[in-house]
Amino acid sequence: MAEATHGTGGLKYDHSKRKRPQEFNVLIALVLIVATFEILGQVLPYMEGQSLLFDTGDRFDTIFNEARLRIIILQVAIVGIIALGVTQVIITGGIDLSSGSVVGFTAMVAMSFAQVAEVNGMANPRAIFLDQGWVNLPVVVPVAVGLCVGVFAGLINGSLIAYTGIPPFIATLGMMVSARGAASWWTRGQPVSFPTEGYAAIGAGMMPVVWFLLLAVLFHIVMRYTVYGKHTYAIGSNIDAARMSGINVKRHLTLVYSIAGMLAAVAAIVLSAKNLTAQAGMGIMYELDAIAMAVIGGVSLQGGRGSIIGTVLGALIFGVIISGFTYLKLDAYYQEMVKGAIIVGAVVLDQWRQRRNADRV
Amino acid sequence: MIDADMTNTDKVILETRDLTKHYGGVHALEGADFVLHQGEHVAIMGDNGAGKSTFVRQITGVEQPTRGEIIFDGAPVQFVGPLEARRAGIEAVFQTLALADHLNVADNLFLGREKTKWDWLGPFRFLDYKRMHKETVAALEKTGVKIPNIHNTIQNMSGGQRQCVAIARTASFHSKLTIMDEPTAALGVQETEQVENIVRTLKEQNEPLILVSHNMRQVMDLVDRIVVFRRGRIVANLDRDQTDGQDVVAYITGAKTQPEYDIDGAA
Repeated sequence: MAEATHGTGGLKYDHSKRKRPQEFNVLIALVLIVATFEILGQVLPYMEGQSLLFDTGDRFDTIFNEARLRIIILQVAIVGIIALGVTQVIITGGIDLSSGSVVGFTAMVAMSFAQVAEVNGMANPRAIFLDQGWVNLPVVVPVAVGLCVGVFAGLINGSLIAYTGIPPFIATLGMMVSARGAASWWTRGQPVSFPTEGYAAIGAGMMPVVWFLLLAVLFHIVMRYTVYGKHTYAIGSNIDAARMSGINVKRHLTLVYSIAGMLAAVAAIVLSAKNLTAQAGMGIMYELDAIAMAVIGGVSLQGGRGSIIGTVLGALIFGVIISGFTYLKLDAYYQEMVKGAIIVGAVVLDQWRQRRNADRV
Repeated sequence: MIDADMTNTDKVILETRDLTKHYGGVHALEGADFVLHQGEHVAIMGDNGAGKSTFVRQITGVEQPTRGEIIFDGAPVQFVGPLEARRAGIEAVFQTLALADHLNVADNLFLGREKTKWDWLGPFRFLDYKRMHKETVAALEKTGVKIPNIHNTIQNMSGGQRQCVAIARTASFHSKLTIMDEPTAALGVQETEQVENIVRTLKEQNEPLILVSHNMRQVMDLVDRIVVFRRGRIVANLDRDQTDGQDVVAYITGAKTQPEYDIDGAA
């Protein structure tokens, strides 16, 4: 036995038996995937020795291919914001299928409060609230309205699940369909465009990445160091124990789904600001990508396990794989097919880990 | 009624009068009169289906009795759920452990009553990990529980260690009454010893306990009094010092019934 530094009652604790944190395994997976792409770049004849991450073209005076790195993280940042909320939902043992539709509806509503009055000297042809005079509003208005829409959707999800006892799958499936319908109803299917400069700045350039990382840090702290986080894990781990400990499980679940809805709204605001337009079809399938990021990052669908760090790493894996396929010049069809396989593979891996854990005790 | 000379004159912590539970036509518990005093340790024994667990489920609020009264800490109570019983001060360690597998020892010990700082943050108030860690070590030392690493999650622990954590949790609550339902049924020799040490610690601290157990040696070792259930009824109330294993078995199997419990003459 190794040195005992922890332990009570004179029992020694062997540090060599201490388990690696789950996130470490995800990090290794990320490195392995990058390495695989690098090797394929060297081996495949048509690749002509290109590298995924490193600068081989002598186009820039840098070690890394910065352009590709930016793309990798930028293309996962917005769905990554959703995944931060989905992570919390899955840790409680639930699931949120509505986030993509909530993105669509929230983007429509927020954007319609963010429009300018005039485009090229003419009245904005797309303005929804031109007659009411709700144009050129300060940026805080569309943001606040958008967040309220997201929280409201999450509140409905959470209340349904907590107080009527219907499974999260069904409740959020209903919201998925309804919110998508609401997104089309809002403008009768018309896109909403021409936002104010202040609103557009929210999603300009690398801003989606900034929001993603800021929120990731915030919710990492929340999940790890606050009562909210501890109770979220406790509910997913053993809901009866949580209830018996005096945790108000119903209220807590409602809060978790509301926060997930709020994060979907943030994603919607950033996305519509980045695209300078909102359409009813925005965010389709985002819920599945977000769930995939969480699951790849080690969040267990059975609840109780996972972390924000894991999900951020899962999002990076996601981004590397998509970029890697483009870099290998493979068709987009394959991307979708492989994405599906990766999700299933991650869940299988999780099941296998759980069973191995159960056998050991 | 319970013999006056068998009970001490301390404060009564729990009393049941005519406690009865019917599941449809099944009379699982029938007219149980039971008294527990402050600091007293009482064992409940009986065959499977004798009504032991039914009795425990009524007083811990898991189920609501069909008939009868429960008087706890001087006042009649009607718990609608186990949480209410727990808040009133009745701590139960059940066979199925109420622990969160993915949390560590300290987290489980303080689940639902976390030490926090910056409370103005509401649900997002911060956990005082340092303080909880310190108090966990103290609680484990006090109860003599040996856990190799309290940072380990519960899922990585043996059945005995889990049981010890569950019991240490109970003991550190300073509850008014502790109930253990078969606490050592699934444990090895060493682990059983640890659990029994915790029970002795509770006795030293004058905290009352109801122990449901099949283990005769354990019962004879640990408790002051043995209450025997048979076919949903209490059939004997025995002072540990005035009985022995064979005697208790005779009551459990129905070979003997104390006269004051022999209601219909044929048990």
